[in-house]
Amino acid sequence: MAGIPHDHYEPKSSAEKWLHKRLPIAGLLYDTIMIPTPKNLNWMWIWGIILTFCLALQIVTGIILVMHYTPHVDYAFASVEHIMRNVNGGYMIRYLHMNGASLFFVAVYLHIFRGLYYGSYKAPREVTWIVGMLIYLLMMGTAFMGYVLPWGQMSFWGATVITGLFGAIPGIGPSIQTWLLGGPAVDNATLNRFFSLHYLLPFVIAGLVAVHIWAFHTTGNNNPTGVDVRRTSKEEAAKDTVPFWPYYVIKDLFALAVILAVFFAIVGFMPNYLGHPDNYIEANPLATPAHIVPEWYFLPFYAILRAFTADVWVVIAAEWITFGIVDAKFFGVLAMFGAIAVMALAPWLDTSSVRSGRYRPMFKWWFALLVVDFIVLMWVGAMPAEEPYATISLIASAYWFAYFLVILPLLGVIEKPLPQPATIEDDFNAHYGAKAHPAE
Amino acid sequence: MFRKIALTASALAISASAAMAAGGHAELTDYAFAHEGPFGKFDQFQLQRGLQVYTEVCAACHGLKYVPIRTLSDEGGPQLPEDQVRAYATQFTVTDEETGEDREGKPTDHFPVSGMEGAPDLSMMAKARAGFHGPYGTGLSQLFNGMGGPEYIYSILTHYEENPECAPDGIDGFYYNTSFPNGGVPDSCKDEHGVSTVPGSWIAMPPPLADDQVTYADGTAATVSQMSADVSSFLMWAAEPKLMGRKEAGFKAVVFLIILGSLLYLTNKRIWAGVKGKKVA
Repeated sequence: MAGIPHDHYEPKSSAEKWLHKRLPIAGLLYDTIMIPTPKNLNWMWIWGIILTFCLALQIVTGIILVMHYTPHVDYAFASVEHIMRNVNGGYMIRYLHMNGASLFFVAVYLHIFRGLYYGSYKAPREVTWIVGMLIYLLMMGTAFMGYVLPWGQMSFWGATVITGLFGAIPGIGPSIQTWLLGGPAVDNATLNRFFSLHYLLPFVIAGLVAVHIWAFHTTGNNNPTGVDVRRTSKEEAAKDTVPFWPYYVIKDLFALAVILAVFFAIVGFMPNYLGHPDNYIEANPLATPAHIVPEWYFLPFYAILRAFTADVWVVIAAEWITFGIVDAKFFGVLAMFGAIAVMALAPWLDTSSVRSGRYRPMFKWWFALLVVDFIVLMWVGAMPAEEPYATISLIASAYWFAYFLVILPLLGVIEKPLPQPATIEDDFNAHYGAKAHPAE
Repeated sequence: MFRKIALTASALAISASAAMAAGGHAELTDYAFAHEGPFGKFDQFQLQRGLQVYTEVCAACHGLKYVPIRTLSDEGGPQLPEDQVRAYATQFTVTDEETGEDREGKPTDHFPVSGMEGAPDLSMMAKARAGFHGPYGTGLSQLFNGMGGPEYIYSILTHYEENPECAPDGIDGFYYNTSFPNGGVPDSCKDEHGVSTVPGSWIAMPPPLADDQVTYADGTAATVSQMSADVSSFLMWAAEPKLMGRKEAGFKAVVFLIILGSLLYLTNKRIWAGVKGKKVA
């Protein structure tokens, strides 16, 4: 499968040969698990396994929750309480699922920012990147619909606000919103379709994850130097790589154990810390909460959505140019989805020939600022829509777009990159020292 | 959309509190409950006293509709003997779901719903008033001091005060409480920006507790503070009956993962030793 030359599966026994002729599944598994992996990967390369684990955790706990949950506006809230009080171990299953979503997003953000720093999105890994962005979008949709299911106050009002975004699309918006909700407002029909889709989408994600893995197994992993694995011969490739099993399987499992220790401490000792207390109040269409705040993982993009108010000059200009079709509300929606779109387009916006940020002296600083920017956006997203937060979110949103649309294209032209190591082996040996004569 | 919602929200706040905007900051007492911290456990006898306060005082208006009566004998709760739970259940009259007729309560029934309009159900109160956006805003107090819903309930019950100087007459039908953040505040207690100058706000619930309102069987002095702490602890149990089981499961998982992680660390080190060779400075 991989473009890196390596040993392939050879069926030995007659039973293996028999199966291999008919279904080469053992060969597929062998090639997947034994894929040559750059031997200089650092700790930021663990998040893929963490994410795979999260997906499995959410699907397993989710399937158990479905056995006891009732998707009906009159019973949903009570059925969650039934899970918490009467189902054997139900409180742990539900808290694992609830906090599992947070772990999922912590991991995906670190995974994405790792890709942004080490240039993992660049040729030839554009397809991996795009598929990854699709997975991320589906994750957000799935998480949003899952949050509606307990039918608490934030579930209901969050659903009202977010589906309202689609209503902002000029002309067809209101029809789309009604179609999404299954009626004029968030109600039983909405809860039922969200439940159905919340069950379906994780399996779509699982399929895309397989494609994501297939794609980067074809190109080979990126690595902290961004330098390609030598592919001229099996011997040379072996100097740059180690097989995934056992080297990275054990390393990733170790990282998983450490992260899960923290995760279980949160689930066991403070499971509601990341949630909104209002969601323990049953949904009431007649009582609007004072502050409608999305879950923490949506906050950066929620901040971008709210940043572009009617008094911002770009919004005024957009409204004037489009004869009022793009008003402030629609502009906000475009900005929010645009923020993800520009990230997805990074492979074509980044003009630098150097992959890894390690050898890009100017890029490093702009990237660090992007990380700070992301945290600032998350913070202002949780704040009420008033000064000084409005100005801060506008500046932070502007930087997000500037990074992808201006800074990335420009840096490739003006920046003078540092020398890169000739091979991955050189980089690895510079850290750990070569074994003098590996052959002896 | 957003502006519309914000407007609806403030309109509701205004109508709910006699044409006064929502109040400002609130004073909360950081009470040290037995159940706090990673190893904190409910005090079974405190839960029993809290049940007594709930039954004799709160239940007049409030309900606990998500709590099955039988759980009073569960491990990690008040742990009443089963015959006492059966006797306790008989004080309620329940409409039987199958026959549609009224009958005496049984342990398998839930506590009744709120008997008074406007009195919130208390089943989830201790969780619905705590957390990241809880009474103290950032959630950091919750993280470091274990502040949360029970502290909020305790503070509400113990922070009824005389009307402040800026509004000696208060609001008709409402009571001044320095811990209640969501009620109305008279205009005379606001500065020129409409921000409240007094802690807390006015609440519809009259002060429910007075010293010696209940007589504890175990001889504990029934001060307002004691009863408030007992009932807050009981309501925390009502909201999170599996709190102790959850902490135990969390603790076991963390210990197991630390051991597993240590073994994996050593395995990882040994596996890579052959690849890494000796480390140079």
